[in-house]
Amino acid sequence: MAQAGFPAIVKDAGLAALVALGVGAPLLGLQTVPGERGLDLVTRPGLLLATVCAVFVGRLLLGLFLANRRSAARSAARRAADAPPRIGLTPMQRVGKMVAPAFLALAVLMPVLPGIGRYEIDLGTLVLTYVMLGWGLNIVVGLAGLLDLGYVAFYAVGAYGYALLAKFFDLSFWAALPLTGLLAAAWGIILGFPVLRLRGDYLAIVTLAFGEIIRVVLLNWTSLTGGPNGMSGIPRPTFFGLPFSMSGGEGTFAGFFGLEPSPIHRVMFLYYIILALALITNFVTIRLRRHPVGRAWEALREDEIASRALGLSVVAVKLTAFATGAMFGGFAGAFFATRQGFISPESFTFIESALILAIVVLGGMGSQLGVAIAATLMIGGFEVFRGLDEYRMLVFGLAMVAIMVWRPRGLISSREPSVSLGARRNVGAEHVAEGKG
Amino acid sequence: MDYALQQLVNGLTLGMIYGLIALGYTMVYGIIGMINFAHGDVFMIGAFISLISFILLGMGGITAVPIALVLVLAIAMCFTALYGFAVERVAYRPLRGSFRLAPLISAIGMSIFLQNFVQVAQGARVKPLEPVVTGGIVLMEGGTFTVTISAMQIIIILTTLVVLTIFTLIVARTPLGRAMRACEQDQRMAKLLGIDVDRTISLTFVIGAALAAVAGMMYLLYYGVIDFFIGFVAGVKAFTAAVLGGIGSLPGAVLGGLLIGLIETFWSAYFSVQYKDVAAFSILALTLLFMPSGLLGRHDVEKV
Amino acid sequence: MSAPILAVEGLTMRFGGLLAVDQLSLSAARGEITAIIGPNGAGKTTVFNCLTGFYRPTGGSITVTHENGETFRLERLPQHHIVRDARIARTFQNIRLFGGMTVLENLMVAQHNRLMREGARLPLALVGFGPYMRREAAAVDRARFWLERTGLIERADDAAASLPYGAQRRLEIARAMCTEPQLLCLDEPAAGLNPRESDALNELILFIRDTGADGRGCSVLLIEHDMSVVMTISDHIVVLDYGRKIADGAPAAIREDPKVIAAYLGVDEEEALAVDAALQKQ
Repeated sequence: MAQAGFPAIVKDAGLAALVALGVGAPLLGLQTVPGERGLDLVTRPGLLLATVCAVFVGRLLLGLFLANRRSAARSAARRAADAPPRIGLTPMQRVGKMVAPAFLALAVLMPVLPGIGRYEIDLGTLVLTYVMLGWGLNIVVGLAGLLDLGYVAFYAVGAYGYALLAKFFDLSFWAALPLTGLLAAAWGIILGFPVLRLRGDYLAIVTLAFGEIIRVVLLNWTSLTGGPNGMSGIPRPTFFGLPFSMSGGEGTFAGFFGLEPSPIHRVMFLYYIILALALITNFVTIRLRRHPVGRAWEALREDEIASRALGLSVVAVKLTAFATGAMFGGFAGAFFATRQGFISPESFTFIESALILAIVVLGGMGSQLGVAIAATLMIGGFEVFRGLDEYRMLVFGLAMVAIMVWRPRGLISSREPSVSLGARRNVGAEHVAEGKG
Repeated sequence: MDYALQQLVNGLTLGMIYGLIALGYTMVYGIIGMINFAHGDVFMIGAFISLISFILLGMGGITAVPIALVLVLAIAMCFTALYGFAVERVAYRPLRGSFRLAPLISAIGMSIFLQNFVQVAQGARVKPLEPVVTGGIVLMEGGTFTVTISAMQIIIILTTLVVLTIFTLIVARTPLGRAMRACEQDQRMAKLLGIDVDRTISLTFVIGAALAAVAGMMYLLYYGVIDFFIGFVAGVKAFTAAVLGGIGSLPGAVLGGLLIGLIETFWSAYFSVQYKDVAAFSILALTLLFMPSGLLGRHDVEKV
Repeated sequence: MSAPILAVEGLTMRFGGLLAVDQLSLSAARGEITAIIGPNGAGKTTVFNCLTGFYRPTGGSITVTHENGETFRLERLPQHHIVRDARIARTFQNIRLFGGMTVLENLMVAQHNRLMREGARLPLALVGFGPYMRREAAAVDRARFWLERTGLIERADDAAASLPYGAQRRLEIARAMCTEPQLLCLDEPAAGLNPRESDALNELILFIRDTGADGRGCSVLLIEHDMSVVMTISDHIVVLDYGRKIADGAPAAIREDPKVIAAYLGVDEEEALAVDAALQKQ
């Protein structure tokens, strides 16, 4: 396919169509339907033909596009070789510097912008929850280079932790929040200990297993967690002790401020809580990167042997990463519980872990801004395609593949140094290691 | 005692199915070092293609059980192998040699896609299949409990053993097997020595998918019902089996599969069905605690 | 004379059936450069790995004595204490840098333990205030000092992996020195260097011996194949073959030791010629 001329591209598309025919024939061309005795088959030649044609045309266009881009890249390389070297920031980089503040301003002002209703604020809250989870997991995967496929376990610990603290000790959201973080961090350490010696995919499967174990336990410990029915009636957060209530009475948020009682108040309040939590996560992560602990995480990702030779305790470095990441997952879980008022094990399946990991990888491991953009794209995009109904997950899966093929190192792959003597220059992605843990 | 023997038979049957799927994980891991998360779904597709083939054969009037079984097996292996080929081309080949996590995410995306593809194409409902093979052999007639091995179980165990033998011969004796082992050791060197690495990797996926198709058919025959979601659970179990046996090791995958099958069966029989997954996962974590490379895995010490 | 900084007694390291180091005893005097030489596979790097906690020796003892008389039994210490308390630092034969971090960051990681002791644990340090920030500035200064010594100051903000080979070797030494060791273990620091770089390296190692991290000198343990380097800068040489010590003494004595020449001639012609060339040059 390399130096492909048009005939080669057509031939390649033809082969792709042939494969599509073979792949589609049994499952698209034939459908099982309940019949009188067992299952019957119906044939769908039209659907099969349409799919095969679509694959042919799609592959053809892709082939032409790639061939075109290759020749464009060659001439661009020639031009670049002739041009004088550029000094300072490129215009793109200058724009890049503005993205984060613009994002922040938009996030802060979003609920009060005109035309923003309850649906948009709810969506914003959801996006921010995943931004926070992405940032939390980024500590473990992006900074420390430890592949964690069971991050949802800490989200679950936070959610159930708050629900149980509220049920048995009558704690309010604000009183329980720090405790849920500590609880999740403790679980991070408990689960971190056995996996200290494991690397790579062994670590991945054991973290996945832990996530599943916690879910199965939540599902079956009916007396404590309500089992599959979950826990409901989880108390909502108050505004400095003022509950949000539609009664508009003396001791409520609306009553105190003399506002017309409206459900939007709580929705906005929840939005700002998760915004604040996410910003705290971001702030702590940024500070930790410039702190010996954070540098040790990155050193571990880059080269564990060299880290050990410099006297870093691998145990301490790994456990702090697990614990810190877990803590933020726990906070997010507690927020999830108080926002929904109801939780069940169904919210904490492997697919959630996979989604959060996808956000981190798509964002560009280690990049805070990249993770935020990726979470917005994935969760927002998922909502945009709501109209596709049952095809939504289909498109979602395919999009995940396409994005990774398009940008294997994520959206923002360069690494910002944590300290510098002169002007700070980002480190190119080709130098940054991804960790073996 | 009788009861335990019966569980042993059941556990071995289940373990064979896990072992077949685990082989696919371990082969792909061995050759390109990635977790092929979509492999469980390829297994599910194998089960669906077997189901459709059974119905087709039934409609075509081929009802002689041995012929039907062989035909279905052949059809399922061929078409599922094509899926394995397509998945590798679309989702993994463009990412060859890049960053470790990109293919993993791509694989998760592929898994989501395949699951939903089958759901959309075939419907979300559970698909039943009437028992194809019935009957069995009474192994032991106890006072309180009768130990039987069903004809189905015999077929599953025998087929798996035959497939495993053929597969072992392919890996150990053929030029393809040699090429696979060479790519596993050192892809660049293999390429320099004239091995077509791309083709070898493609064939690895094809063989892995064909083995998954066998497992899918066995699953269909054994349980009689399938749905689009069976791939995830079976996939995670089989992957656990592969890691338990030492990922990259072919005998390890089969051993791991058998162990996971036995652990699950015995745990369900003597303790609680709900916690059988917890038991399997806990054993995995415990094993890795003491043997970080699994039971038969190569213990590679990073050179200082 | 005070106790040697390093005393190894009956060190044995066995890997399965392979006896890599066999009843080895050696010592390194304080303030000196001690070279360990020997043919390939003689067990030199294995000795380093035992010293720095990567391997747990099968038998024997490794004692480090500081100037103040404090002693450490390395074979019993957890690895991170070997660097932190016994103050031993090392480099690697195949350079191991934190490639995606900048040169300066590499040196900051090396000061992890000191910074943690000096108040990095305080909550104020996390938000970027308090006395800790002064400590961190001091750490940057220490890094700057070694960057100047190794000629890397211009590259301080570049990714370590983007440096040329010789610079990477120097960076690894600078990084080891930032841990403020009392004993520096260099594993083939001259491998792959051109003659000019090799000369600069000699100077650097001598500077480390005489001045060290705190101006009071630092003992050096050196594995090297380049005989011109070994003969020029070593104060003392230990020769290993098949995991055993076959000679031990001043460079002048070693170069005439028939056992050493035989070991080299018997094992590796190229290296024997190198020895010979070094002899001619002296």
